[in-house]
Amino acid sequence: MNTDTVAKSAISTASSNGSRKGVDGIPDQFPAGLRVLVVDDDPICLKILEKMLQNCLYEVTTCSRAVVALSMLRERKDGFDLVLSDVYMPDMDGFKLLEHIGLEMDLPVIMMSADDGKDVVMKGVTHGACDYLIKPVRMEALKNIWQHLVRKKRNELKDLEHSGSVEDSDRNKRASDDGDYASSVNEGSWRNSKRRKDVKDEEDEGEEREDSSTLKKPRVVWSVDLHQQFVAAVNQLGIDKAVPKKILELMNVPGLTRENVASHLQKYRLYLKRLSGVSQHQSGLNAPFVNPSDAHFSSLGSFDGLDIQTIAVPNQLQPENLMTLQGIGRPNATTGMGITLVDQMNLLNPESQITNSSKLRYGVSQQQLSNKQVNLLHGLSTAMEPKQLMHLRQPVQTFGNMGLQVSEGGSNGFLSLPTQRTGTSHLDHMQGVPVSSSLTMQGAQHRQQVPVNQNQIQVDMLRQQRSRGHLLNEIAGGHASSLPSSIGQQMLSNGASGLVFSRNASVVNGRSPSTGEGCFNNNSPYISVSQPSITFPVTHGTELPGNGFPVASTAGLFQESIPTTGSLEALGGANHLKGSRGAIPSYDIFSELQNKSQGWELPSVNMTYNTAGAVNLSHNPDFALGQQGLIGPQKNGLNINERASREGADPLQNNLSGDNSFRIKAEGMPNLGGDNVLLNDHFGQDDVFTIYKQQPQEGIGPVETEFSFDGFHMDNIPA
Amino acid sequence: MASPLHRQVANMRKALFDQGFLDEQFVQLEELQDDVNPNFVEEVVTLFYKDSARTMLNIEAALEQRPLDFGKLDACMHTFKGSCSSIGARRMKSECSQFREFCGERNSEGCLKTYQLVKKEHETLRKKLGNYFQMSRQAGPIETACRPK
Repeated sequence: MNTDTVAKSAISTASSNGSRKGVDGIPDQFPAGLRVLVVDDDPICLKILEKMLQNCLYEVTTCSRAVVALSMLRERKDGFDLVLSDVYMPDMDGFKLLEHIGLEMDLPVIMMSADDGKDVVMKGVTHGACDYLIKPVRMEALKNIWQHLVRKKRNELKDLEHSGSVEDSDRNKRASDDGDYASSVNEGSWRNSKRRKDVKDEEDEGEEREDSSTLKKPRVVWSVDLHQQFVAAVNQLGIDKAVPKKILELMNVPGLTRENVASHLQKYRLYLKRLSGVSQHQSGLNAPFVNPSDAHFSSLGSFDGLDIQTIAVPNQLQPENLMTLQGIGRPNATTGMGITLVDQMNLLNPESQITNSSKLRYGVSQQQLSNKQVNLLHGLSTAMEPKQLMHLRQPVQTFGNMGLQVSEGGSNGFLSLPTQRTGTSHLDHMQGVPVSSSLTMQGAQHRQQVPVNQNQIQVDMLRQQRSRGHLLNEIAGGHASSLPSSIGQQMLSNGASGLVFSRNASVVNGRSPSTGEGCFNNNSPYISVSQPSITFPVTHGTELPGNGFPVASTAGLFQESIPTTGSLEALGGANHLKGSRGAIPSYDIFSELQNKSQGWELPSVNMTYNTAGAVNLSHNPDFALGQQGLIGPQKNGLNINERASREGADPLQNNLSGDNSFRIKAEGMPNLGGDNVLLNDHFGQDDVFTIYKQQPQEGIGPVETEFSFDGFHMDNIPA
Repeated sequence: MASPLHRQVANMRKALFDQGFLDEQFVQLEELQDDVNPNFVEEVVTLFYKDSARTMLNIEAALEQRPLDFGKLDACMHTFKGSCSSIGARRMKSECSQFREFCGERNSEGCLKTYQLVKKEHETLRKKLGNYFQMSRQAGPIETACRPK
């Protein structure tokens, strides 16, 4: 057989002795019948591999040209279980092929080459290869390649299970709440809320979402060239700014629709996520997040506490936390304790409802009674470990731990912090400049948030005003807490939001590994966006826990108060804020996570991914950043907490804020964590405690507060 | 135990390993021989010599160019080396590696010299393996699968 023959019959299929099995079930004879596609331009290698694989009882298809292999894979989407590809091929680089396969069929791909250079091997791994075999490939290696298929399926199963469990938990939560609310949390509602917003970016995002929700399939064949153009366009725009419309314009391909591009962009982002996943795995810190399946949902000791999803945790934590934190002495702590997970759930749900109806999204319901807030804080802290709380002063250690253990929880907590501040601060000091900040938790919302910043700001302002009057009065709990917001605080809040986002992402990751990455990415971009601009942490009107806030009411609150720049600027409230923040943030986080999870869950797993992808589309800068982002967000979250605490304690707030913004920009920067840590020192436990104490007293009842994190752009901020 | 012919075949084979012409990969190929492909090793080696002829023509053409396109030479030699390693042609493979090193150093003279060595190894191995296979066929397949001691 000479080369010409090989070229002509580029593809030859040889059935092994083993009988073929259905793809779905794992047959008894597995791995016999494993359908392997071998792509190599070297006929000798191809021949040997074919024989070896046949001896393994696999069903072997050989192909000497990558382009042919790709088209064959496209034609027979479910025709293969595994691809074995050479790295260097004249017609198409093996990595390109790998990229396409990862993008389009998501098959496990094993790269092989005589080149055992570390760089090349690394490239294979980072491009998503599940293995890299050095030529000459040995029989021993091929005997075990089936494990990649099993591993992949197992991971997928895990994801499904996880998502399933998440859904269940969400349902339970909802069940505890009013049934009406339950449905409000899904994507549809999000979309509606988004549509109401008139921001340009939202259009694109909205469309993307629709695509994901409807699972439209691209009818365009993304040839290598087309994909090349696409990648070039994305790179030109920057992955975070690449929206289908712009990509389409850059590509300038007749017949290509924005939907096509949007769909492809989603896939591309997923692909990038997958790639980033690899790196994430490599880093220990990230690992938990990265492996959503493993870590998140399953109960990891520390994580559970943190997991937003597991609402219960907060409750559990509450008592302990309260005890420890308040320690100190809060008489009221117990009362706060009274609120059960269910309540929290309710809060969350209401939030979601609110969110749906209005821009506000989640944020709304979250304000809880001061007690609750405290609990939340506790929960966070507990998750973090009581020790940490105790050691707040020694922020570095604690934070370090926090970051590792609870990136999720931590971030959430942080997020919530701003809100808490509000509550607390009001009661005591905030009056002067109450600032309510709505934190929008959902990723989608995030996008919106950015564009909407101005609106939100106004809202915030309103809120602030209200927060005093309204919130306090209106809320049955009676906590309307307006935070006096200093810029620094705002910054913090921003950071917090960023954290939250990252958190969410991590949660998502937990469900689906690939998604997770994307989430991170998403988060980071968002974060970055919001960070530069000062976000207003806005405390919102709080309703009674359990009760879902009618969106209208929340909206009303916001509307009523006109946001004042001054309030933002006012630093004074910072001290009080600290304590409250800690508590609330946790809440927010939880709620956020839940919301997100719900949103994701509703759609099939695939949907989830898509969504993530969509999110990514508009905002992700770089996947690489995203990866870093994982770590970064966690740290950020920690930082935020620290900041919050600091603020409470010291005037440092300003500095912090500055740092935060900076950090935010960096998004992924591990360095941020370090800065925060330093700040922590200033932080005193006492402050926290005091804050808590104050809160309980103040808090009449559990109040749901909505937090919408609005990333305010600096520009937007009224001078 | 074995016929003189078989013993002779075994000695030839052993010599190929001892002299560094072949390595473990060749044994791998031998182990792939079965009832379905009783002459698998020979088939592969035959294929190698057919395919490598084309590759070598490419390399020679590239060597004619001035200045030398080291990138192209390196790519060609990578392919060639991959083929060599696939059949366990150890000495040829090491010459290929040397060639690629010269490519990396942009050493024209080294490349030209080394290519001649590659070509020589290529031819030497062809003869040796040709004899070996011929002898093996005469002796029968019995002993061919034993590992070198």
